[in-house]
Amino acid sequence: MYVYDQYDQTIVDERVAQYRDQTERYLAGRLTEAEFLPLRLQNGLYVQRLAPMLRIAVPYGLLNSTQVRKLAQISREYDKGYAHISTRQNVQLNWPLLEEVPDILAELATVQMHAIQTSGNCIRNTTTDQYAGVAIDELEDPRPYCEIIRQWSTLHPEFAFLPRKFKIAVCGTSQDRAAIHAHDIGIELVPNEAGEIGCKILAGGGLGRTPVIGSVVCSWLDKKHLLTYLEAILRVYNQNGRRDNKYKARIKILVKAMGVDAFREAVEQEWAALKDGPATLTDEEIARAKSFFIAPDYLALDGEACLQALEARCAAEPIFGNWVKRNTVAHRVPGYRIVNISLKATGFAPGDITDAQLEQVAELAEQYSFGEIRSTHQQNLVLADVQMEQLYALWQSLQAAGLATANIGYLTDMICCPGGDYCSLANAKSLPVAEAIQARFSDLDYLYDLGPVELNISGCMNACGHHHIGHIGILGVDKKGQEFYQVCLGGSQAKDASIGKILGPSFSQEDMPDVIEKILSTYVELRQEEEPFLDTYRRVGIDPFKERVYAKAD
Amino acid sequence: MPKLIRDGEIVEDNWLAADPDSVATAGDRILSLEQWLGLALADKADHAVQLEPGQGPAPLFDYLDQLPLVTINFPVFTDGRGFSYARELRERGYRGELRACGHFIRDQLGYLQRCGFNAFQLAQESELEACLASLPGISEHYQASADNPLPLFRRRA
Repeated sequence: MYVYDQYDQTIVDERVAQYRDQTERYLAGRLTEAEFLPLRLQNGLYVQRLAPMLRIAVPYGLLNSTQVRKLAQISREYDKGYAHISTRQNVQLNWPLLEEVPDILAELATVQMHAIQTSGNCIRNTTTDQYAGVAIDELEDPRPYCEIIRQWSTLHPEFAFLPRKFKIAVCGTSQDRAAIHAHDIGIELVPNEAGEIGCKILAGGGLGRTPVIGSVVCSWLDKKHLLTYLEAILRVYNQNGRRDNKYKARIKILVKAMGVDAFREAVEQEWAALKDGPATLTDEEIARAKSFFIAPDYLALDGEACLQALEARCAAEPIFGNWVKRNTVAHRVPGYRIVNISLKATGFAPGDITDAQLEQVAELAEQYSFGEIRSTHQQNLVLADVQMEQLYALWQSLQAAGLATANIGYLTDMICCPGGDYCSLANAKSLPVAEAIQARFSDLDYLYDLGPVELNISGCMNACGHHHIGHIGILGVDKKGQEFYQVCLGGSQAKDASIGKILGPSFSQEDMPDVIEKILSTYVELRQEEEPFLDTYRRVGIDPFKERVYAKAD
Repeated sequence: MPKLIRDGEIVEDNWLAADPDSVATAGDRILSLEQWLGLALADKADHAVQLEPGQGPAPLFDYLDQLPLVTINFPVFTDGRGFSYARELRERGYRGELRACGHFIRDQLGYLQRCGFNAFQLAQESELEACLASLPGISEHYQASADNPLPLFRRRA
């Protein structure tokens, strides 16, 4: 993974000092609330319902064991002993003290971490495929480009006061695992006709109040132009994005209002002034970025023999076999598997992890996966490089730590925002709904029979829980001071991205498990053999689900 | 006479603030874009002009060699359009005084300077010393910018 040199360290250290000064001036009454607001947001600090929330950046979801231990220590010493993985692959602390945040940032800086631009109307953490570099279907590793974008966007002087927040995702495979279509800018590494890999650039995707799938602005861009092109897009947006209404301020509204062709033309015109200038990437810089993401020292293993041994073990111990089947993924190196650690155990808030568990994960990463841990936008963790032979020992340790729930990709592996329990923006609570659904569908055999179902829950329009792109999406709404839940069906965050359709009038909290059950049993009745939920929905449409859910009781 | 920061020093301002209601376009008054656009072609180059949010700098591009002063107003500090206007002016060759005025805050000075502003007229003159002391802010930067066109990746030792 990327390692700071003295330049990176200087920037992060000086930023901590700068923020300490800002906090002190605020506490002394020399910075007003309104002035301090964007400054603290751009250092990751929200003020929530009960306490401030600090969002710590995990650039493109990559962590080493030292960093994870530091997060454990911080969550123990400055918080209540747990942390939360967000849908931007970041880590959130729910109970830090505003006065102590500069100290937390200083602690983070000692392990090459920060909270820069994890919030506010600026360029946020760039996200990517959680299987980057190890996936079998990958064209090229996206992480060097994520790091290049991270550096370019960090403390960018021109784009710190944008009309609204701005999110970029990069993926290196056509099986989009980074939801690039739902981002302000989505980048896919693609070949041109000559087979040379470049960047396809999408703009204007996004969730929130008006969900939109991104439009292609450039079908193939030479990588050396990546930063100047991004700069041109941001410049068009910064000058022309709406600032009169925060719900209409995202780039998706601008792209729609201008039309994608006119938007592209404006970008190209802006780009003409920047193209081939000093911000053009050099071959050396791309090579330098790539040098941090070279393959670790894999053993030369007999893949076939490893697989046979693993299968034998799985057959001998079905619970282990089930975990391997559900939570591990093929690795491009023979004899290795990618391991998902589910943070969706029944009874725990989705994406939450305790300080002790963080330390256990750090230890296991060192023992089994080159000391590297990834966070995912599905709010889980990944150990990317585990030898098949060591899966059993790893599984035993994960079980002991309460981290072996075998539900990756199934209904209970839901995405869920912190909701009204913590967030001051939320219209409704999301955690109790998640918990009630988890409790209702705790029978794993039933879940496996249902096959892959993505359930996403947001406590408000801001859509932090990505409800629009869940196969089943749940949105908390406020009606005359009471919390209700709207359901949408048919969203997808994959390559065939789509926005879910609203089922109908909203439901009360206690109705939700029944509603979900009716939707699922409708699917089970209508599905053809082996047909996943989303495919059945796309074949039969929303009506059969609507009829069942809203049918009058006899 | 009002004071401002120019090129790292506190100096007196010899320009009169923009006044969109004024019909007179005296040589030492900063003109609004509308007033400036109304000038005869030959007069445009000699007059200072102020841009508001929503007024991109494109109309000035033909006069960048001659304009004595461009002011960019920040009615609220959270409206960041002026940052892009400044960079466009500098990238297209404007070398004269580029001044920020209005309600930007001290914590933005580093960014403003990197976008090409070399003069800062604060809403509260009493803050001038503290603002001057806070520059240049963070000492190292990743990006290309108006005050250092080479991004860090072209400078890394």
